[in-house]
Amino acid sequence: MMDEEIKKESKPIALELATKQREISVAEFFSKNRHLLGFDNKKKSLMTAIKEAVDNSLDACEEARILPEISVEVIDMQNERFRVIVEDNGPGIVKKQIPNIFARLLYGSKFHRMKQSRGQQGIGISASVMYAQLTTGRSAKITSKIGPNDKAHYYELHINTRTNTPEIKKEEIVEWNKNNGTRIELDIEASYSGGSQSIDEYLKETAIANPYANIIYTNPKAEQIIFPRVVEELPKEPKEIKPHPSGVELGIMMNMLRFTKAKTLQSFLTQEFTKVGPGTAKTICENAALLPSTKPGDMSREMIEKLVDGIKKTKIQNPPTDCLSPIGQEFLERGLRKEINAEFYATTTRPPSVYRGNPFQIEVGIAYGGKQPEDQLIRVIRFANRVPLLYQQSACAVTRSIIQTNWRAYGLNQSQSALPIGPCTVVVHMASVWVPFTSESKEAIAHYPEIVKEIKLALQECGRKLASYVLRKKKVGAELEKRGYIEKYIPHVGEALKELLNLKKEDVEKVEKLLYQILEKERGEIEEVGFDEKKNVEYDEAFAKLGKKGEEEENE
Amino acid sequence: MSNVVNQIKGIAEDVYRKILRKKKPQLTSPLRNLSNVKYGKEGYFELLGRKKTRTLTASTIKSFAQTLRMMVLSKEVVSGNDMATKREAYYVSKNWGEARFKEQAESDAVMDDIEAMLEVNREQLGFIPEEKGGEIAGKLIVIDKDRETGKKIRIDCTKFGSGAYSIPISVEELKFETNADFILAIETAGMFQRLVKHNYWKKSNCILISMGGVPTRACRRFIRRLSETKKIPVYAFTDGDPYGFGNIYRTLKVGSGNAAHINKYFCVPNAKFIGITPDDIENYKLPSHPLKEVDFKKIKDLIKNDPFIKQHKEWENALKKLYQMKVRAEQQALAKHGLNYVISHYLPEKLKNPKSWLP
Repeated sequence: MMDEEIKKESKPIALELATKQREISVAEFFSKNRHLLGFDNKKKSLMTAIKEAVDNSLDACEEARILPEISVEVIDMQNERFRVIVEDNGPGIVKKQIPNIFARLLYGSKFHRMKQSRGQQGIGISASVMYAQLTTGRSAKITSKIGPNDKAHYYELHINTRTNTPEIKKEEIVEWNKNNGTRIELDIEASYSGGSQSIDEYLKETAIANPYANIIYTNPKAEQIIFPRVVEELPKEPKEIKPHPSGVELGIMMNMLRFTKAKTLQSFLTQEFTKVGPGTAKTICENAALLPSTKPGDMSREMIEKLVDGIKKTKIQNPPTDCLSPIGQEFLERGLRKEINAEFYATTTRPPSVYRGNPFQIEVGIAYGGKQPEDQLIRVIRFANRVPLLYQQSACAVTRSIIQTNWRAYGLNQSQSALPIGPCTVVVHMASVWVPFTSESKEAIAHYPEIVKEIKLALQECGRKLASYVLRKKKVGAELEKRGYIEKYIPHVGEALKELLNLKKEDVEKVEKLLYQILEKERGEIEEVGFDEKKNVEYDEAFAKLGKKGEEEENE
Repeated sequence: MSNVVNQIKGIAEDVYRKILRKKKPQLTSPLRNLSNVKYGKEGYFELLGRKKTRTLTASTIKSFAQTLRMMVLSKEVVSGNDMATKREAYYVSKNWGEARFKEQAESDAVMDDIEAMLEVNREQLGFIPEEKGGEIAGKLIVIDKDRETGKKIRIDCTKFGSGAYSIPISVEELKFETNADFILAIETAGMFQRLVKHNYWKKSNCILISMGGVPTRACRRFIRRLSETKKIPVYAFTDGDPYGFGNIYRTLKVGSGNAAHINKYFCVPNAKFIGITPDDIENYKLPSHPLKEVDFKKIKDLIKNDPFIKQHKEWENALKKLYQMKVRAEQQALAKHGLNYVISHYLPEKLKNPKSWLP
């Protein structure tokens, strides 16, 4: 029966289906899946569009060793339309590249290298341009200038979503009263509110993680907020490096062996990887039971598997730290102090480690006590390569690591598989030549065991400092209580002695004074712990309020 | 009198000097409990050397201040030739703000500590208890003084009819005239009443004393002085239970751990226990009540920790026997055999037979 029915169909169905099958351009794909790039709702879209531009500006300035001056302006054009203008003092972009960089997805300089930067994929800014085009139909307006003696180039760009290529709507040379820099103007559909996960919070956290940047922000209410530069020096430029052998997976190894110019396995290992010298390479070969003279191109899958195993068995030096640019304990703490008026701060920068051949480094900061709420989940601030991560907190390796840490040992409350509860803020920064995000919108760090382990180690280091503080505070509290109790009765001793010995008023005062002194001598000095609102001079109340839900926003 | 005031001043000066020398001031007094007494040939609980110290620590500062303030009160009362009851002293402390006593038990304890520290008794400090000292009926004339004139007053304890003479708080100045054969110290007022009612003292030529539970210091001192000056034996008659043995009789005879500093004068080492013994419960087939958990505990504690009981095998055996019998009997259980059985049979039989007594 069945056979006959199928026979009635004259053509195999696959042939018919084949007529509809064609290549999908990346641009087309993302225009349909814009949530993957962080444009899933109007509020978030505003943040994402600005974030992509600012990230690029910061990257460009750092690479050119220029102290960043970034201006962000958001203009409310009514009907849920906003004009976003981001301008920097970066090196500018050569004329030829402008259309590709801004109006072509997956075009960029950062994807193919091993270097810490904010942008990685070459998607971000062109996705913003595409989003503007999709929601308002307006072109992106780009101005860029590469030096005082060069002309400024102005472009109006569209993306051809079918071909993923730029369409130049207008191009001209303009006067720009600036030595060098880039300016982008986008009209997008969005909505603005100042609460958490807003552009305000993003810029504030960016200021914390990038203390050498000067950011001037004009919000849609036309209020200007300045995040002033705290450090007059750029961080050391992170070096571009080769991959570190430990953690390189089979597939990647196969690819590398195929494309290497090295003639032998020995030279492949020393040339393509960091921290592998002739000695280490020899040991790897021994451990893998392979000849150092093996030709990379001739290696079978089994041999490559042996090689990966051999690498695992070999002790290889940690990757160099100069490829990573951590915020640093000092600046992490200063950022925290500005944002949170707490009574105790602790920071930790872990030594660099490796996941899948990529060096990375974890930093953690904790701010405890002060006016932070006692009975709520702790606040988590996440950074990846100095970029604040505002969304997808629960999907992030940072969150998982915090949950897997036993905070009760450090004086906070914690229910099973939950964030701890207590007056505490935890900042985690991951710096890496390649941050593994769970999606293209770069909101959550993927759960690599090596990363989770490092984050947990850093949390534990800070946690131990916190625990010793909490313990000290408890001890001092108990001692203060005892001392206060004893002091309560000193006047009674004075009074009784006065009556018993007919002492004069001065004598009684002396007795009481001496008793306080004796008590002090007997019990020792009390260390000052606890919250002093005025102690933290770096705290900036106006700054702290930014990007938090105030009462006015809640009414909106 | 002024001796106590001087002693108090001496202690205060010591504290003051220490403070001026920037040294931690201290008040030291003997530990007042059974662990700090011994029972030996002196025949009473003697104080041993263990001390407690109050000073500028969280656990002792309050009582340190309270002790000093209580000494102020004592000095005022004694200098003014006045006195304060223990309860009054407690109320005076309500004026001391943070240093006030929450319960009278606390002020009583501080008072006892001062006594022990100065090795004097409460009355010398100007403090008196409010509880009755005990009641007397029988062949005794107490010679007291008129408060106003100072003239001698002769109080004939046979002439109180159905009432009784009350032992005053201070018995040190009293003198006695008597030709009684013995003193009978009785636990309950009920039994005392029965014996008075039927003129038992006349028949037996004795002095009856109602202790009303654990004898007060005044009662103990009164019996002691009376029996010593007039050389009269003392017999104790209590309920047949651990409390009667271990608290009432033991305190009468050798004093208490709590008042160890004054036991020397405030006990009656020559007293003998005539009943009710565990043997009596059996021999007289007395109606009984089952022992409660606290009674069993009390017996174990007496055997293990009380230096007096530990010294006397007879008492240990009696207590063990009671423990096994699992019962107790009251004095008034003798009424089972008739209301006057105690007079007609029990007391005469017991008094005649010293072997039935306990030491």
